[in-house]
Amino acid sequence: MGKPLIETSKVSKVYRMGDVEVHALREVSLTISEGESVAVMGPSGSGKSTLMNILGCLDRPSSGGYWLAGEEVSQLDRNALARMRNRTLGFVFQSFNLLSRTSALENVELPLLYAGVSARERHTRAREALTRVGLGERMHHHPNQMSGGQQQRVAVARALVTRPRLIVADEPTGNLDSRTSIEIMALFQELGRSGITLLLVTHESDIARYASRVVVMHDGRVQSDEQQTPLQAELGPAPAGAEVSP
Amino acid sequence: MSWLQVLRVAVRALLRNKMRSFLTTLGVIIGVSAVIAMVAIGEGAKARVEESFASMGSNLLVVLSGTTTASGAHGGFGSMPTLTWDDLKAMRSEASAVRYASPQLRSTQQVISDDQNWATSINGVSPEYFPMRSWSAAMGSLITQSDIEAGSKVVVLGQTVVDKLYGSNADPTGHSVRIMKIPFQIIGVLARKGQSATGQDYDDAVFVPYTTFRAKIQGGLQKFIAGSIMVGAASGDATVRAQSQITNLLRDRHHIALGADDDFSIRNLAEMANAQQEGVKTLTTLLASIAAVSLIVGGIGIMNIMLVSVTERTREIGIRMAVGARPRDVLSQFLVEALALSSAGGIIGILLGLLAANRLAANFGWPILIRYDIIAIAVGFSGLVGVVFGLYPAQKASRLDPIDALRYE
Repeated sequence: MGKPLIETSKVSKVYRMGDVEVHALREVSLTISEGESVAVMGPSGSGKSTLMNILGCLDRPSSGGYWLAGEEVSQLDRNALARMRNRTLGFVFQSFNLLSRTSALENVELPLLYAGVSARERHTRAREALTRVGLGERMHHHPNQMSGGQQQRVAVARALVTRPRLIVADEPTGNLDSRTSIEIMALFQELGRSGITLLLVTHESDIARYASRVVVMHDGRVQSDEQQTPLQAELGPAPAGAEVSP
Repeated sequence: MSWLQVLRVAVRALLRNKMRSFLTTLGVIIGVSAVIAMVAIGEGAKARVEESFASMGSNLLVVLSGTTTASGAHGGFGSMPTLTWDDLKAMRSEASAVRYASPQLRSTQQVISDDQNWATSINGVSPEYFPMRSWSAAMGSLITQSDIEAGSKVVVLGQTVVDKLYGSNADPTGHSVRIMKIPFQIIGVLARKGQSATGQDYDDAVFVPYTTFRAKIQGGLQKFIAGSIMVGAASGDATVRAQSQITNLLRDRHHIALGADDDFSIRNLAEMANAQQEGVKTLTTLLASIAAVSLIVGGIGIMNIMLVSVTERTREIGIRMAVGARPRDVLSQFLVEALALSSAGGIIGILLGLLAANRLAANFGWPILIRYDIIAIAVGFSGLVGVVFGLYPAQKASRLDPIDALRYE
């Protein structure tokens, strides 16, 4: 494995709900190296979403340090966080989160728009990204004209287009059937081979098997953290993932 | 993100909700068009007032003789003749701001043609009277200096008199009419002047040389003028100067002690015109401010819709933030949307306002005056409305937390 891309040191997150303090994360220290594919698992309320939000630069920790690609993220302001999200990482969400009534191509161009890339280059790079996820033919379709799997591919293309070092995926297969889920995981594994680090939040152990490392959260702490040999997502005539039991 | 791109994103967002965008803009459209139409019409009315005073003659002063008091009853101005023919000559020669001065002797008499008669005002005047009041002859000629010197029995008719005596469009020059049983030869007809602002018909009058008037129509005082003196100042600015020069001249000539009252009075027609214009201006300002209020109401409409739009598009804002939009980018997007709405309203409002002003002016027969400065102000103001009322919703959008925004259903 390469050098560390993500490093957290005793990251805690405390929410105040009226008079009650909710400890969503308690001193989580985690190191993820470049090229790894990490599945974060855990029951709801275990803090995995909070961890993902912090690692994805959407939120800042209450205490502790977080370094992403050598930069101390825990100290950044809102503008610098936005820049981090734009340049260093890409998001894939459970509910796709594409702009409706906007073509696939324009959805994919969106991050480049905020990166200040010229119109022509935006276009070229968005086409490349869509071709890479296998949607070269459907660039001008709108999200409502696409299946869930296709929409998620557009979302992956949007995450890819800025050439990030990290992709953060929050339950990316949660709204997809098992066959389409494997398609998406195959896509992620292909990206992993090209050196992109993957952080995958899921509660499905089937999906976690495609990762090279599984981190299980419980009550805001890391309960277990294990390396594994990832299952190769391959599309056979029968959905392969469905036959595998944990 | 460049401004052009921000604008494109904003316009696309607005076009997704065409009806709503249009209705939002409507408030601004009405506001801007109202301001422009009101001001154009107001300016037109002002010009009309100016025009009607100009037809009365510009830069005019009327010098009236003094008042009498008999057994406690005060007579009006002119009841006591104090102005002399020498005063008139002195005004012409000594007051530098005076360009024209003419006596105006007046009497209402029956004017009789071959088969009609008409009671009208007979005016004894000098040749200066016509250029002073900017009156010209439609037919024939006007009274000349030689008519004055000879005391010729010639008369110039107003159009109304011609209509009554000879029928409209008739040319009576060369004919003669009788005034107080004396035949007068008609030498000319004045061009139609229409009515004064107070409804007086300028065309219902006839004019004779003042010398003839004194000899044949109303005799009386040799030394004094049994009427008033009409003075034309050299220019609009000179009226005030002419007024003070005449005052000083007459006080001196009449030997009025310091502190004593004048034995004459001077009326300034330009002042009346100014007063009228002030009135119209006040009205225009009033109308324009009401219109401006409607512009503000339109702005509040924009704010309302932008707030709804921010709430409705919370998820979109979350997505944009997740892929790297800075708070500033979100702020400028919504601000530009508000600005685009209000500017579109401004532009449509200008066109509608001009159209409305034209139609109204055509209906009322008013001239319209397009004030380009007002158009610029209206557009600037509608832009300002967009920024002011768009700022709060835009700030609200830019301050959203990306996590909450993404979770928003």
